Amino acid sequence: MVGSIPNMNLAVLVPALPLLGFLITGLAYKRLKHNQAGIIASIAVGLSFLISVALFFMLRNSGQNSATVTLFNWIALGNMNIPFAFLIDHLSLTMMLIITGVGTLIHIYSIGYMHGDDRVNSFFAQMNLFTFSMLLLVMGANYLVLFIGWEGVGLCSYLLIGFWFKNPAYNYAARKAFVMNRIGDVGFILGIILLFYTFKSVSFSEIFTQAATLQVGAPVITLITLLLLVGAVGKSAQIPLYTWLPDAMAGPTPVSALIHAATMVTAGIYMIARSSILYNLAPITLNVIIVIGMATATFAAIIGLKQNDIKKVLAYSTVSQLGYMFLALGLGAYSTGVFHVTTHAFFKALLFLGAGSVIHAMGGEQDIRKMGGLRKKMPITYITFLAATLAISGIPPFSGFFSKDMILSKALEHNILLYILALGTALITCFYMFRLLYLVFFGEQRMSGAHPHESPKVMTVPLMILSVLSVFGGFLNIPSLFGGNLSFSNYLDSAVVSKSSEEIGHTTEIGMIFLSVVLLVVIIYWAYQTYVRKAQIPSGDEVKQTPLQRIITNKFYINEIYQTAFEKPFGLLSNFLFKKVESIILGPAVDEVGTITSKLGDLTRKLQRGNISFYLFAMVAGILLFVVFILTN
Amino acid sequence: MQDITSAIQIIPLEHYVFLCVTLFSIGLLGVLFRRNTIIILMCIELMFNSVNLLVAAFSAYHSDPAGQVFVFFIMIVAAAEVAVGLSILVMMKRNVDSVDINLLNRLKW
Repeated sequence: MVGSIPNMNLAVLVPALPLLGFLITGLAYKRLKHNQAGIIASIAVGLSFLISVALFFMLRNSGQNSATVTLFNWIALGNMNIPFAFLIDHLSLTMMLIITGVGTLIHIYSIGYMHGDDRVNSFFAQMNLFTFSMLLLVMGANYLVLFIGWEGVGLCSYLLIGFWFKNPAYNYAARKAFVMNRIGDVGFILGIILLFYTFKSVSFSEIFTQAATLQVGAPVITLITLLLLVGAVGKSAQIPLYTWLPDAMAGPTPVSALIHAATMVTAGIYMIARSSILYNLAPITLNVIIVIGMATATFAAIIGLKQNDIKKVLAYSTVSQLGYMFLALGLGAYSTGVFHVTTHAFFKALLFLGAGSVIHAMGGEQDIRKMGGLRKKMPITYITFLAATLAISGIPPFSGFFSKDMILSKALEHNILLYILALGTALITCFYMFRLLYLVFFGEQRMSGAHPHESPKVMTVPLMILSVLSVFGGFLNIPSLFGGNLSFSNYLDSAVVSKSSEEIGHTTEIGMIFLSVVLLVVIIYWAYQTYVRKAQIPSGDEVKQTPLQRIITNKFYINEIYQTAFEKPFGLLSNFLFKKVESIILGPAVDEVGTITSKLGDLTRKLQRGNISFYLFAMVAGILLFVVFILTN
Repeated sequence: MQDITSAIQIIPLEHYVFLCVTLFSIGLLGVLFRRNTIIILMCIELMFNSVNLLVAAFSAYHSDPAGQVFVFFIMIVAAAEVAVGLSILVMMKRNVDSVDINLLNRLKW
């Protein structure tokens, strides 16, 4: 496994540069003027991207599949030896390129978006810290380094969601994200402990070598994979731990693009793809993943239909797309899942940045009912947003089509019911995305007071680059039907072990694509009729709705259910413990210990009279007592 | 070297032990019952040296020079300790104009 490729130690610089950027912008945040912090942070991530590209070519030219770069021996206790090492292989390189590439664009965009904020320097420091943690997460050569990155991104997510901390609601959202992630992390760390207990190692290469000797469906491996899955469910916002992600939209929009769409939320998918060998041994867990992924995809898409906040729509869409990725993982098509991570990173980052551009132009307004007609005012944002909408809807030949089509065909191979659900979700996705597009960019202007304008170049250029990626990103992985050779999936195959399954025939595939394209066009036309021709505007909260509509508008009351089922009982229990246990039993008990100690002190301090002769006498008497004691025993 | 060792061994070991115990007890009693700080310091020296003598005697009887090396270390430490002790004594004389140890009773709560 260990390759000796010259200059591979360059990999250390990839996370080191954002760390350096964080230290510079973080320590000197009071002195940096104007855009300095943004420029430093962008350069740090940009250089990381260039180095990642260099590493990509170095690994390809070396003819090896992976290389390990060990920094130092981190924990050495008896037989346990955990090095602080990076694993550079095809999977981690893919993730590194996404994180640093999309990250650079978002950093540059943020220079424009955050311009004029008083804490802009802290913002860039935290963004760089996030990039560093995320790189640690994907580059770590063992589960412990991965875990550091895992916790680091959780912290940065918390900090950046609550970036505008003067608003209590935003603080609440940040806290909610943190607590929800904690629940997942407990499972994750238990999984790592069980891994260590079983394999006596946390390093990927050793665990995967040893796992080959285990039986398929062994109870211990099922338990490990389920525990790791709990962590992934928390981080990647799946049912039942997804409610934090829509609330996380409280953070600045570039944060939503970078952390809550393109990178951090895909950490769970990365981790499962990385552990593909373990998951292949646990068919039960894979079925659980299929159920969770499919349920989340459909459920979140339905909620997305009735949202009126531009960022909330995108947030539910992210949850739904993450569900798709989980579905791919559950079907054993890990490389397909990672491919969807890649295309999703392009078009969802673009959607969020486009939404940010709109919000910026509208002076902070996020309600799509108060927008409309922005097509003429913001042509660049409109075109790029349209490209991303077509990509996420899965219209050929945009990038989302290829990744979504591959997931759909995998679902069809597995089970016709899954295929129908997945296709239905894709159609719902298409509808709410075009609803969003039409309401924001078409029709009459419904805003009052605001004078929308196109965003500055520093914001539109990243949009343009991302739109090129969203349009052409799918060509990385052209299926054999179109004369391609699935180069992206094949590239990943050295790092993840996908389950082989029967390929569906080309005729079926053509029929499938034809069916979905026809249905998508119908849906787009329907949305056009509803929101452009008839110019329907989603009604306000005061208008009466049918019960089903009301349930969807209120997001199936999941937040309320969680509040009644978990928050309230917990609050009551805490209150009871505070009033009955803390104030009546524990508090006085602790006080009593203090009182007794000080009373004893009052008694014994009389011995300390300051008389040296007495001290000497006591000392000699003590020594004599000891001698007598030792001699008599 | 061998001559010295054999010369020491002319006197039986018990005699060294008795002598040292006597010297140590005299020193200890002096420390406990005298009030003059100078005399207390001298008695401490007496205890030190009785132990030194015992170590040297045992060392000679065991033909192990390590003990005698120890004696030199103890002497050096004792010299340093006396330097500190005497300077405290000088300060005491200046402050309370006496060397009576019972006057130093301010080291209390």
